[in-house]
Amino acid sequence: MSRDGLLSFLSSILVIIAGLLVGLIVLLVSNAEQALPAVQTILTFGVDNMRNVGDVLLRATPIILTGLSVAFAFKTGLFNIGASGQFMLGGFVSIMIGVHALAIPAPLRIIFALLAAALTGALWGAIPGLLKAYRNVHEVISSIMTNYIGMFFAVYLIQEFAFDQGRGTSAHLHPTSTLPRMGFQNIFREPVGAAFRESHVNVGIVIAIILAIVIYIILEKTTFGYELKACGFNQDAAKYAGINQKRNIVFSMMISGSLAGIAGALNFMGTTGLSMSVVETLAMEGFTGISVAFLGLNHPIGIIFSGIFVSYLQLGGARLQPHFSAELVETVIAVIIYFCAFVFVVKSMIGKVIKKKDGGN
Amino acid sequence: MDMLYFVLQHTMFFMIPLLIVALGGLFSEKSGVVNIALEGKMVLGAFTGTMFIRHIQHSIDDRLAEGLELTGMLNILSNPVPLLFTALLLSALTGVAVSLLHAFASINLKANQVISGVAINMFAPALAIYVAMLVLEVQHVRFTNQFRIESVRVLGDIPILGPILFQNAYITTYLGFLILAVTAFVLYKTKFGLRLRACGEHPQAADSVGVSVAKMRYAGVLTSGVLAGIGGLIWVLPISNEFSGSVGGYGFLALAVLIFGAWKPQRILLASLFFGFMQTIAAANTAIAFLPAIPAQFYRMTPFIATLIVLAFTSKNTMAPKAAGQPYDKGGR
Repeated sequence: MSRDGLLSFLSSILVIIAGLLVGLIVLLVSNAEQALPAVQTILTFGVDNMRNVGDVLLRATPIILTGLSVAFAFKTGLFNIGASGQFMLGGFVSIMIGVHALAIPAPLRIIFALLAAALTGALWGAIPGLLKAYRNVHEVISSIMTNYIGMFFAVYLIQEFAFDQGRGTSAHLHPTSTLPRMGFQNIFREPVGAAFRESHVNVGIVIAIILAIVIYIILEKTTFGYELKACGFNQDAAKYAGINQKRNIVFSMMISGSLAGIAGALNFMGTTGLSMSVVETLAMEGFTGISVAFLGLNHPIGIIFSGIFVSYLQLGGARLQPHFSAELVETVIAVIIYFCAFVFVVKSMIGKVIKKKDGGN
Repeated sequence: MDMLYFVLQHTMFFMIPLLIVALGGLFSEKSGVVNIALEGKMVLGAFTGTMFIRHIQHSIDDRLAEGLELTGMLNILSNPVPLLFTALLLSALTGVAVSLLHAFASINLKANQVISGVAINMFAPALAIYVAMLVLEVQHVRFTNQFRIESVRVLGDIPILGPILFQNAYITTYLGFLILAVTAFVLYKTKFGLRLRACGEHPQAADSVGVSVAKMRYAGVLTSGVLAGIGGLIWVLPISNEFSGSVGGYGFLALAVLIFGAWKPQRILLASLFFGFMQTIAAANTAIAFLPAIPAQFYRMTPFIATLIVLAFTSKNTMAPKAAGQPYDKGGR
């Protein structure tokens, strides 16, 4: 690992430790007796048995992808906080196809649903991209707007076209529309008596990892990726070098949006029967993606690990009741993100300390 | 006619918090700090405010149930007006406390203002629900609404204006208009306002004539905390008798009001009126006979679409403070 990479890694770890310490303080203040068992639950539940390991991977799938979405935009100088809206619309399109497009044969239908979700996310991401490139509108502001527009639109569409009156949420997918489990259920399971309780982890995690590698290759090994990053580093220099910087902004946002769209599809196409809510709130996955991206230092491969890490904390956190509520973990993650805002400050501080020790080398 | 008054009274309920919080955002952005953390500040402001109201109301009920007399503070707080204003003060302090985090990150550490804002927005609802679960064992903070004014004496009888502004009203409505007037005055008629705006437009120039950019930006961000904090409580009071860790995206809507209002107090008033009206229609469109039966979601998304369109057509010569979002670096040019 390069020196810079090592520094980044160190500062990321420090940020995580700081966040966990704050979490521990909150635990101690609220219920000192149960604090240590709670920490133990958070830290060990994810590896308690193979089923939990599978569930960690299952939960990690959408946030790895929203993390990639945020990181890809960030690498090219854009802040996509619109992943939430892209996620919800992508999710809706995949549900729509999974419920209604039964004329398409099953394996093709799943691929079609994923591609359609990617396209939807890309189109939704294109709006802030176009506004940024041609109208000079800051993408953070326009993303906030497209988040809410997308969310209200998705809620309306679900209610109108794919609603399950009984559950009050989106309709069940046709059983042949769900993502294949690839035999993972034989690995990620927990023995209960003579039977097994299986995790619903599916091909989604494989897709997420492959996409992370693809994004890495695009960013690091292709001219296209180099051009996109050049626009992020210095727009004027990129323009001078003959790079069509406006077009690249739109492409960046579209790729970023497509990743969030796929995240939506993979989230709702599992065999868990997870359905889309019609409560008018933004999907948290889009914002968790920001923390995943920053914890993973905006590096596609790092994001695979940070996504799994955040999912691991969340799964353990969900186990905390009744002594503590699951929101505790959300609080800790938010604290970690807050510290992430300083990750570059931390990095430069560590850098200075090391430099002093090196005697100015 | 009654229907129209009903709509306008409800428009006030939605409009006033939007106005107050957008003005909060104005202070912050005019000083040069982008504030997408308004939502989180509203959530925590609403949380401490409603917790306080609930606590006092319960203490009073307990004492009365035991047949004891109310004494001291409790006696004073048994009246709605002192109770409301004490709760607002607490909400304001909460907003300030949260803003300190944002200010410290953005001003002292020169951190990314967007990330810090996002973190606060994620942190706030989680913390509010966590503490509520811990203290009350449910995430809803229930309280009794004793703040509604049936009709203001004399003023409520004025034709047209009476029913709109002075019947079925809340004191907070007048507080909102007062804050608007004070904001316009402070920003455009005082030395402080001039300095604050200078830090958002051209911090180097402000610095060169001896204005402390850091202090001014702290002032801007903390003022936004005060207004967003009370805005949260003012949002929840008229429309619900419980708070459950969310202000329904109104912090972001207030940000849209600020942009739609072109960073100018008078236009922010008009923008909040328009947005408040759309929210009212969305909430009650099935009850309002003269409106077309469009799903509520379309009314809800209209303000956001309108803001996007305005942004698309005005951003070439934007009214946004020029240095908003950029950490101030003394060595920069």
